[in-house]
Amino acid sequence: MKYPYFPGCTLYTKAKKLDDAGRECSLKLGFELDELKDWTCCGATFPLVNDQHITMSGPTRILADTKDQGNDKLVTLCSVCFNVLKRTNNVMRTDEERRTKVTDFIERDYNGEVEVLHYLQVLRDEIGFDVLKEKVVKPLTGLKVACYYGCLLLRPVKEIGLDVMENPTIFEDFISALGAEPVEFPYKIECCGAFQAVHSMDIATRCSRDILNSAKNSAADLVITTCPLCQFNLDDRQPEIQKSDNRFAPIPVVYFTQMLALALDLPAADLGFERNLIDPLPLLKEKGLVS
Amino acid sequence: MEKKLGVFICWCGSNIASSVDVDKAAAEAAKLDGVVHAENYMYMCSDPGQQLVKDTITEKGLDGVVVACCSPRMHENTFRKAAGSVGLNSYLLEIANIREQCSWVHQNNKPLATAKAVSIIEGTLDKVKENLPLETITIDLTKRVCVVGGGIAGIMSALDLANAGYDVVIIEREPAIGGHMSQISQTFPYFHNVPELLKKKIDEVNAHPRIKVYVNSEVDVLDGYVGNFNVTIKTRPAFVDSAKCTACGKCLEVCPVKVDDEFNRGLSQRGAIFRYNQLETAKIPVLEQGDCLHFADSDSEDGGKCTACVDACPEDAIDLGTIRSLNEEFVGAIVMATGYDLYSPTNMPEYGAGKIPDVIDALAFERLLDPKGPTKGQVLRPSDGAVPKKVVFIQCVGSRDPERHKAYCSRACCMYTAKQARLYRQQVEEGTAYISYMDIRSDSKDFEEFVQKGMEEENLVYIRGRVAKVIEGDGCLQVFTSDTLSGRQVVIEADLVVLAMAMEPKAGIRELAKKMNVTIDGDAFLSETHIKLYPVESSTKGVYLAGCGQSPKDITDTVSQALATAGKIQTMFSNETLIADPLIAEVKDDVCSGCGICIEICPYGARLMNEFTRISDVNQAVCQGCGACIAACPNKACELINSTSRQFLRTIGDFASRSEAV
Ligand SMILES: Cc1cc2nc3c(=O)[nH]c(=O)nc-3n(C[C@H](O)[C@H](O)[C@H](O)COP(=O)(O)OP(=O)(O)OC[C@H]3O[C@@H](n4cnc5c(N)ncnc54)[C@H](O)[C@@H]3O)c2cc1C
Ligand code: SF4
Ligand code: SF4
Ligand code: SF4
Ligand code: SF4
Repeated sequence: MKYPYFPGCTLYTKAKKLDDAGRECSLKLGFELDELKDWTCCGATFPLVNDQHITMSGPTRILADTKDQGNDKLVTLCSVCFNVLKRTNNVMRTDEERRTKVTDFIERDYNGEVEVLHYLQVLRDEIGFDVLKEKVVKPLTGLKVACYYGCLLLRPVKEIGLDVMENPTIFEDFISALGAEPVEFPYKIECCGAFQAVHSMDIATRCSRDILNSAKNSAADLVITTCPLCQFNLDDRQPEIQKSDNRFAPIPVVYFTQMLALALDLPAADLGFERNLIDPLPLLKEKGLVS
Repeated sequence: MEKKLGVFICWCGSNIASSVDVDKAAAEAAKLDGVVHAENYMYMCSDPGQQLVKDTITEKGLDGVVVACCSPRMHENTFRKAAGSVGLNSYLLEIANIREQCSWVHQNNKPLATAKAVSIIEGTLDKVKENLPLETITIDLTKRVCVVGGGIAGIMSALDLANAGYDVVIIEREPAIGGHMSQISQTFPYFHNVPELLKKKIDEVNAHPRIKVYVNSEVDVLDGYVGNFNVTIKTRPAFVDSAKCTACGKCLEVCPVKVDDEFNRGLSQRGAIFRYNQLETAKIPVLEQGDCLHFADSDSEDGGKCTACVDACPEDAIDLGTIRSLNEEFVGAIVMATGYDLYSPTNMPEYGAGKIPDVIDALAFERLLDPKGPTKGQVLRPSDGAVPKKVVFIQCVGSRDPERHKAYCSRACCMYTAKQARLYRQQVEEGTAYISYMDIRSDSKDFEEFVQKGMEEENLVYIRGRVAKVIEGDGCLQVFTSDTLSGRQVVIEADLVVLAMAMEPKAGIRELAKKMNVTIDGDAFLSETHIKLYPVESSTKGVYLAGCGQSPKDITDTVSQALATAGKIQTMFSNETLIADPLIAEVKDDVCSGCGICIEICPYGARLMNEFTRISDVNQAVCQGCGACIAACPNKACELINSTSRQFLRTIGDFASRSEAV
């Protein structure tokens, strides 16, 4: 089975490992990510005011292309792309006035026909976590994982509808299927600081610190995420956090697809762990998950 | 024989006369078939106007009258009475509405308005021609009352009615009456001692010769109609014979079962045999069959074996073989006083209730404040029994949140939160009480003063905003909120969090409402007939509402409503029989196929299949003449008396034939 796939810019550059592992794993799980032709950037932000339309032209064009290339679904791996595409698609489906404005401008015919899916959704709803569990070759036994959702994968919940707002479990269910032990930590849906990292580093540092401390208080060995921006903030801010708190012990932050790849026994050397600032390999070696 | 008809056209001052040419209308009306008299007058509803109608009826021997004037809602009664007083059957008088439906809406076109007025008069005349003379229906009245729910609402209406000389039965689902008021320690705005107040009232109920209380009981079936209800009451076995029990408490000590005590909101444990509440009035133990090992599955180890309490009882008061009983009561009126439950805190996972032991709901906090409660009135946190130094009270939890929870305001929470915070501060001097609020609704006598005093003299810290979440931090709880007055995000470190949960209708209300044939609103609160003018009447005649089952409210409002209900019922009981309008549905026996569609459709439960004739009967006392069954009947077997399809079709025909002239 082939799923039309939108990688997005970051997955071609900084987050290549999120992309690589996602594609490799899908093959092992019996489906293929079929990259959309001629895709462009999704814009990486959904307009927060009702009369701003221009930022929707990019994602709408992507969705219209998807449809014109004969597809009714579109899968993403990145939380930001997922959020922007899914919400734009909602506007195309439900708000005739805004839809016409955008589609007239880009001169395309699109009414929200495509279904935007996150990779996790494909695993849960189309493959099934029970089937995933059976396909696991190397269970991640003994690994305590903090599943960090961030904001964009879930909110606004009415538009995204991936899981419930206050206590989502899709990510925990996923990691349990891989044989790891999810830990419950209160900051799992708090914001990492996101784009604040561009101009007010200290905000991103503070947000990341609280999230990581919360995960560590719950005895997590490792944090997983679906989002390149979250991964960046949570990983990259750690030296800064240590400067103000010398008791802070670093904790690796990896993409969920990397853990999936590990459980499906893809070679660790190909998973790009070397790009992580906080190296997860010592931990994974200690747990006997890589040699 | 043709009726002799009279037409009386009212000017309504200039209201009608300025748009309708009343002289022309009278002249036209005089020409209509059967009309022997037509005239107009400036104010027909005035005394001389009525006299004119009466005199003409007598002089001309009229046997049908049309008064063309304002809406029948205004003066139908006036003119029917006038006609009745001179011997014309009042149902032979009809109103033709030429004001709201004509003069007011056609103010700039006199010829058209006049033609339309004549049309309306003609149509109404045609109806009168086929009207039958009718008599009002009298219904027997049983002057006894059934009160469903023994909270303070039920107690107060029962006492009022009993003191007025009527027999009352109270049906209470729980083992004791008192409702939620028995869980409350002190009340706003004067810190009255609630158990004391309540005990007095419960004692009055128990001592009253006219009040009978069925505890452990529910309505099984309701039959009948206003004035003549038959209530079947299902009573769970009590197991403990209150005539023998001396309340020694020996049985309580030996019971091996330990379960959470619901009355104390899980803050303490009880056996399967236990005292339902701390009030003096509930000293006799009750046995909860569902928890008792004697009744456990006979396959299980304990099943059927335990008789520890029976063996321990020196009075031989416990009989595990007691069975449930059914009783019937005949009453004329019913009071629905079923009260509320708190919306479950587990609906708010973001606040950690159910997961974090030191997040409790407001009723649990009341239990902590009760000197006879699980902590003897000391505010201690559940996790470790320590005195909390910082308590965060969160208001509007689940209320005023149309997207995710309840859209409505629960009305009592602003005030009881202020009360709880003040009581806490009075007890724990070095403590801090934070209150998270949206706004403070303190709109009754001495309420605002009560809140102000808390702020100014007891240093309650009010923070305006909505709490985002509560999590377990390092040795404390962290409450994430925002102060919307200063525009800042705030994290409060707290020892105890108290949730003022929304009030919602009592569990099971939907089934009960169906049984009692009363309607509920979108939130399942019992619906009143009219929020302003008929606030305690339900959709079914003879069934009245009181207390939080109708909408959330405090004790003050609950009691006012309960007394209003009692007053309404006394008004009804001031007559020997009930009188009903005869303008109701009737069934043509030879046409009805017994399909039963009308039974389904009737919103008042007035239709019943006659088991012998297989024809659907109309209960004359219950039918409101709404017409739903007439429209629904596939065989055209139902008709509304004096508003038959034939009459309507003739009226419509009159309009149709004149529409061209207009
Ligand atoms: C935490 C808290 C503190 C409060 N503090 C105050 C205060 O200080 N001052 C104040 O004025 N108000 C206070 N209130 C409000 C007060 O509790 C209510 O106004 C009052 O109890 C309402 O009485 P009621 O009789 O309508 O309902 P309830 O007390 O709920 O009584 C209803 C009764 O009906 C019974 N029942 C329900 N369904 C059935 C059925 N199907 N068959 C038979 N019986 C049934 C129930 O078992 C119950 O006994 C407080 C409320 C809360 C939540
Ligand atoms: S009967 Fe009605 S229309 Fe006539 S005067 Fe009175 S109020 Fe006006
Ligand atoms: S029979 Fe046993 S379990 Fe049941 S109430 Fe008596 S002592 Fe408790
Ligand atoms: S042991 Fe018997 S007399 Fe004593 S409280 Fe229990 S039931 Fe009543
Ligand atoms: S007229 Fe209305 S109330 Fe009367 S029987 Fe028909 S449906 Fe019921």
